Amino acid sequence: MELRINQKTYQVDADADTPLLWVIRDDLGLTGTKYGCGLAQCGACSVLVDGNVVRACVTPVAGVVGREVTTIEAIEADEVGKRVVSAWVEHQVAQCGYCQSGQVMAATALLKHTPAPTVEQIDAAMVNLCRCGTYNAIHAAVQDLATGKEHA
Amino acid sequence: MNTPELIPGLPLGEPINLSRRRFLASTAVGALVIGFGLPLGASRAQAAAGASAERGTQVPAFLEIRPDGSVRLLSPFMEGGQGTHTAMAQIVGEELDADPATFIVEAAPPGDAYVVMENGMRITGGSMSVRMSYPTMRRLGALARAMLLQAGAEQLGVPVAQLTTQPGRVVHAASGRSLGYGELAGRALDMPVPDPASVTLRDPNQFRWIGKPVKRVDAYDKSTGKAQYSIDLKVDGMLHAAVQHAPRLGMTVGGLRNQAQVEAMKGVHSVHQLPGAVAVVAERWWHAKRAVEAIQVDWQEPTADSTVRAMPADFSSDAYRDFLAAQQGPARDDENEGDVAGALSSAKTKVEATYHNQYVNHAQLEPPSALARFNPDGSLDIWLPNQAPDMFRADIAKRTGLAPERIHLHSPLLGGFFGRHFLYDSASPYPQAIALAKAVGRPVKLIWSREEEFLRDVLRPVAVVKFRAALDADGLPVAIEAVSATEGPTEAIAGKQGDKLDPTALEGLSGKSYAIPNKRIAQIYVKGPAMLGYWRSVGNSLNDFFYEAFLDELADKGGRDPYDLRLHLLRDNPRLTTLLKAVAELSGGWKRGPYTAEDGTRRARGVAMASPFGSHAAVIAEVSIDKGQVKVHHIWEAIDPGSIVNPAIVEAQVNGAVALGLSQTLLEEAVYVDGKPRARNYDLYPILPPSRMAQVHVKIVESGEKMGGIGEPPLPAVAPAVVNAVAQLTGQRVRSLPLSRHTFS
Repeated sequence: MELRINQKTYQVDADADTPLLWVIRDDLGLTGTKYGCGLAQCGACSVLVDGNVVRACVTPVAGVVGREVTTIEAIEADEVGKRVVSAWVEHQVAQCGYCQSGQVMAATALLKHTPAPTVEQIDAAMVNLCRCGTYNAIHAAVQDLATGKEHA
Repeated sequence: MNTPELIPGLPLGEPINLSRRRFLASTAVGALVIGFGLPLGASRAQAAAGASAERGTQVPAFLEIRPDGSVRLLSPFMEGGQGTHTAMAQIVGEELDADPATFIVEAAPPGDAYVVMENGMRITGGSMSVRMSYPTMRRLGALARAMLLQAGAEQLGVPVAQLTTQPGRVVHAASGRSLGYGELAGRALDMPVPDPASVTLRDPNQFRWIGKPVKRVDAYDKSTGKAQYSIDLKVDGMLHAAVQHAPRLGMTVGGLRNQAQVEAMKGVHSVHQLPGAVAVVAERWWHAKRAVEAIQVDWQEPTADSTVRAMPADFSSDAYRDFLAAQQGPARDDENEGDVAGALSSAKTKVEATYHNQYVNHAQLEPPSALARFNPDGSLDIWLPNQAPDMFRADIAKRTGLAPERIHLHSPLLGGFFGRHFLYDSASPYPQAIALAKAVGRPVKLIWSREEEFLRDVLRPVAVVKFRAALDADGLPVAIEAVSATEGPTEAIAGKQGDKLDPTALEGLSGKSYAIPNKRIAQIYVKGPAMLGYWRSVGNSLNDFFYEAFLDELADKGGRDPYDLRLHLLRDNPRLTTLLKAVAELSGGWKRGPYTAEDGTRRARGVAMASPFGSHAAVIAEVSIDKGQVKVHHIWEAIDPGSIVNPAIVEAQVNGAVALGLSQTLLEEAVYVDGKPRARNYDLYPILPPSRMAQVHVKIVESGEKMGGIGEPPLPAVAPAVVNAVAQLTGQRVRSLPLSRHTFS
């Protein structure tokens, strides 16, 4: 099947029900998107499909044919994504970093749809798990982005 | 000792990674390399290591300075989020006179050269990395600077005494000439490492980077998916593997009922039987996982000669708690001062209570994996998460019969660890990956699915602690006794009780600083059926909860405010008095409540302290009740690690430790029924979600005392502070965790 990922077209030989995550990681070698649980519980595998955040570990690859998939590898090609990355660095969000690809994708999706989210909207959107406990730093980074306080 | 001869080793030495390959290729041309690292750096370092070499003086084993002046440091410590790579760049950079921002830090291979801790160990754990290696790593940077100065003297033809350095440059002020470190590294290669006693360290008053909130060296890579963990690696010709473990540890494979069908499944390369597991090797991990889960295995009960800790078919974590509570001894004393029995018998008021905790999992977000490759010469390359490379290599040598120097062990970034990646028998994928790579004659990367990880993760121990205490006529505690029925993680890993008590069993009950004249802290050793391991802050994670919550009970019984009581009991301890006052001040002054907050919620506060891993912490928690469950609004934490290297990372570590502390307090629990874990994923094993995180306020108190740890010490006081606040708010004194087992009103 033909996939559009990060503005490139790929021919992929995979079963229709293979999770998008494993096609991205093993077939395409894009390992920035992480496997955490395989059950849509943790959000480490978050990617954008047509600008919406989805959990790639439970998304059948056939479901994204004809859609535009964005992974963390292309995040800085996106204007909002680039801002999110700089806020993440500015706030020194990451600890182990394993969940942060997914966190950055989730924040990017939120801000693309809602450029100035309220605290409640941030809380509703930023639900990915982080075992290192970077939640307050994540919140502060998104808050800055929401209020335009970050160093662009 | 020059670069070209090292380059041919690279295709075997490094996993395929385009950006890294480019990086290495660029450094191959004209690079002035002091030591080159994995895996050849290890043997070179070993060759260079004289028997009398002083710890942490073999500069070439640690440092490479590139033509552009960037510095590659091979760190003795693993980076798993705690910021140790950044700390090492700060410490070495300070004395080398090189900006930490110019550092690239990677984990060093196994080898004696990297044993730099004052206790003679090389592990990443026990919050030891910085505090145990600080002077040695400073001196390492100073030695490298001396070598660069000497090289500069030769190149500029001036006496070395006329030279000085600026960050990344050797400077001859008299002539206005200077040379970048990158220009000098080649010549510095020829320099002998100076006498360690000949270098002087920088005056701490002149520090530019130590003690400053220097940015993490890995922040950008970890925000853009570029950081690579074990699970991400790939080598040429690699196959993927997945396993299905026996439902209970110790069971063995009797037979496979549908092997032929599974072998015929799409993408399957081969099906394998392993000790206590079956495996599928495939071209894609997803195929391997699907196929291995389809295998119908006849599992056989463990035999009497099983070499692992066999999990009984009737094991229940709840029933085991009752079993622990029924244990009568014998108990061995860890602390016994004064006359506890006498004080108790003559006391005006006696208080007794029994506490317990729960099993918890590590639940780090990166599932364990291992990539194994046998090379044409029979040597083995292995990439795996670990907190102790030399111990893992020794274990692999034992398992494979390979000489240690034929095992090239690589330690990628850890996607969280919290104690998960010590050497635990049957709890890591590398023996399986090695067996599979051997069997198929190709490199194999084995990833444990989240479900398989929950099945084989080692658990944080449980304890049932019986307290007795005596109060005097003023309501002040004069005696305290704690007898814990438990098995510590160290004695669990050893499989037996040692001659001495396992300090990880009682830490947090033992070692308290309160002036209570009569005290007895004892353990009833109970060998349990579950595999145990270290979990962030280890024994303190449970024991400080028990002790500090019980201390609040004593305060209540004696009619004393718990904050004032602690101040009183610490009256002769200025360091802890200062710390306790600091946390009160941070929270706006001690205010126990209950009171009504601005949003109309009823709230109360609790206080607790802990002194783990050479540091001291004091916590105040503010809670309310929301739909029957505890909501933690604020955690104020004052921490005194003596002195620090990076205040921003300390604050981040406090945040992280608070999160894990709240998680075990509020909702986290590994429950076993019929010998099996109820939860095999995050759906039934909840970890703290963002919605339950508290606002965290940190005060770092630098007393100037001996440097302590920072990764773990902020955790243990969280649980008792929260539980004490809940007791004050609701009148419900909970003596167990997690609080989600209770409903509050």
